[in-house]
Amino acid sequence: MNIVVCVKQVPDTATERKLRSDDKTLDREAADGVVNELDEYAVEEALRLKEAHGGEVTVLTMGPDKAADTIRKALAMGADKAVHVTDEALHGSDALSTSYAMAQTLKKIGFDLVILGSESTDARTGVLAAMLAERLGVPQLTLANKVDVAGSSITIQRVTDYGFDRVEATLPAVVSVVEKINEPRYPSFKGIMAAKKKPVAKFGLAEAEIAADQVGLGGAWSEVAEFAAAPPRAAGTVVKDEGDGGAKTAEFLAAKKFI
Amino acid sequence: MSEILVLVEHVDGEVKKVTLELLTLARSLGAPAAVWAGPGYSETARARLAEYGAEKVYVAGDQEIVDYVVVPKAELLAQLVAGKSPAAVLVAATAEGKEIAGRLAVKTDSGVLTDVVGLGAGFVADQSIFGGGVNVRSRVTKGTPIVAVRPNSTAPQAAAGAAEEEQVSVTLSDAARAARVVERVKQEKGARPELTEAAIVVSGGRGVGSAENFAIIEKLADSLGAAVGASRAATDAGWYPHQFQVGQTGKTVSPQLYIATGISGAIQHRAGMQTAKTIIAINKDSEAPIFELADFGVVGDLFQVVPQLTEEIEKRK
Ligand SMILES: Cc1cc2nc3c(=O)[nH]c(=O)nc-3n(C[C@H](O)[C@H](O)[C@H](O)COP(=O)(O)OP(=O)(O)OC[C@H]3O[C@@H](n4cnc5c(N)ncnc54)[C@H](O)[C@@H]3O)c2cc1C
Ligand SMILES: Nc1ncnc2c1ncn2[C@@H]1O[C@H](COP(=O)(O)O)[C@@H](O)[C@H]1O
Repeated sequence: MNIVVCVKQVPDTATERKLRSDDKTLDREAADGVVNELDEYAVEEALRLKEAHGGEVTVLTMGPDKAADTIRKALAMGADKAVHVTDEALHGSDALSTSYAMAQTLKKIGFDLVILGSESTDARTGVLAAMLAERLGVPQLTLANKVDVAGSSITIQRVTDYGFDRVEATLPAVVSVVEKINEPRYPSFKGIMAAKKKPVAKFGLAEAEIAADQVGLGGAWSEVAEFAAAPPRAAGTVVKDEGDGGAKTAEFLAAKKFI
Repeated sequence: MSEILVLVEHVDGEVKKVTLELLTLARSLGAPAAVWAGPGYSETARARLAEYGAEKVYVAGDQEIVDYVVVPKAELLAQLVAGKSPAAVLVAATAEGKEIAGRLAVKTDSGVLTDVVGLGAGFVADQSIFGGGVNVRSRVTKGTPIVAVRPNSTAPQAAAGAAEEEQVSVTLSDAARAARVVERVKQEKGARPELTEAAIVVSGGRGVGSAENFAIIEKLADSLGAAVGASRAATDAGWYPHQFQVGQTGKTVSPQLYIATGISGAIQHRAGMQTAKTIIAINKDSEAPIFELADFGVVGDLFQVVPQLTEEIEKRK
């Protein structure tokens, strides 16, 4: 089975995240780049499916040069090779542009299964998997907390508000996974060493047949008009419990008309 | 006035609160037209939509719409966008709502904005990003604005609308039938409101100490008609199911009131609750960062404070 796993580099939440004042895009220099945590679950699921059914795992990342670190981490976990879509022209792409560029790349490299994280921690749009399925014309099996493949049929458990739906489809397909579907492995020393020799193909617009007018700031379908740091919350009242903490909280709730 | 499509969220034939919020928001920008997808439509539902200002209700009641994942709803909306040329489409920014919005955007070659908390003239949208740290104003520049609005961001206000009903039949493509729902499994739903929709959320963290102890969190929640949430420390430990996790890798909630008990307030937790209107923290460590956010905080043992609070609330009922 030819599995492609989409991994995004995101700014570390623990550092201060900013937008750039010039073009209002994410400031990728200001914060350390880390692997989007949910994508580690996607990589793990890809590796488990490969171990069970054979085949190959390709890492797909779209992002600037420094996103190469993220690719190495996924390769160190055990993926076989990678495709890094990188081009100045992609800077400022929104979800539609990103999904377009990634769909073009996926058409080029081929796949039986594409696995994504359910959401990125920076954009938090959670739309990419659905958009890719739409653009590629393959089944959308998203928000999975369990994935089973048997021959060419695939079943997932899709997490819902009330529990889950069992969903069936035929490969090829796009899957997104939620946290806790598995326990992502740590790269071993051997894995880290091996990752250095694994092939990483760099694709620009030309290689992936991406039309320049559909991507980047100019091609995007939406724009940030303005932004500002959120005003800090006004300081509240903190009391020490002297045996009446619950009662005092109830008074606060009553004053605020919650009770 | 131009029409604004509002995709109705409904369970067991009942219109969810978030839809009333969306209708209220749509009314400020145009004529709301509710879109009912799937079975369950009734006169009661129509009356509810009318009460909150729907001028029209498009009803596509086929069972097939809910037999497949996401795509039928996106195709229904795409068909209405083509036929009715609405000024915008509003959906709830739930996990599924965002997926519908994403596919609809591709289908109609339109821009999409997710997790929107406010919408003004020209469909300029307010978004709160980076866990509430930055406020952004953005807009769609191509096609019909597709806007996924975060639950609890608008107070629903009644205002009568005509709610003129129009049956629509949707022709599903083969692609729409590609991912089939073969079974729906309902788990411990209980009587509590849905986490992202709830006006009040009571959350427990590592300080709660065990799965059994979550009963005191649930009791407090029930006294307030609230949903229960949990920190990752609590879901990781298996004390509470994962779908109730609040934070960066869990759910984002924006309730009127958020009560954090035994939660330190790590940045990843704050990312999911920072935009709550009022925050209460109960924690025995006065240095816990959650107190920086709290409108009201109690430094104390949650096993003392929470039961007393529950009792006080019950007394005042
Ligand atoms: C990539 C990434 C993503 C993450 N995503 C999330 C997420 O989505 N959601 C999330 O919540 N976390 C997330 N985390 C984890 C986060 O960093 C914290 O570890 C977590 O939020 C801590 O949970 P906690 O506050 O319950 O536990 P702790 O930090 O251990 O805090 C427990 C608190 O309980 C208090 N306490 C203990 N006993 C009592 C008592 N009897 N009475 C009163 N107070 C008491 C203590 O004083 C302490 O402040 C993520 C981490 C990473 C790295
Ligand atoms: N630039 C990117 N490169 C690779 N994968 C991505 C990229 N952006 C998003 N993804 C994938 O899409 C998922 C959802 O992202 P999002 O829709 O941005 O919340 C992520 O978890 C990744 O798996």
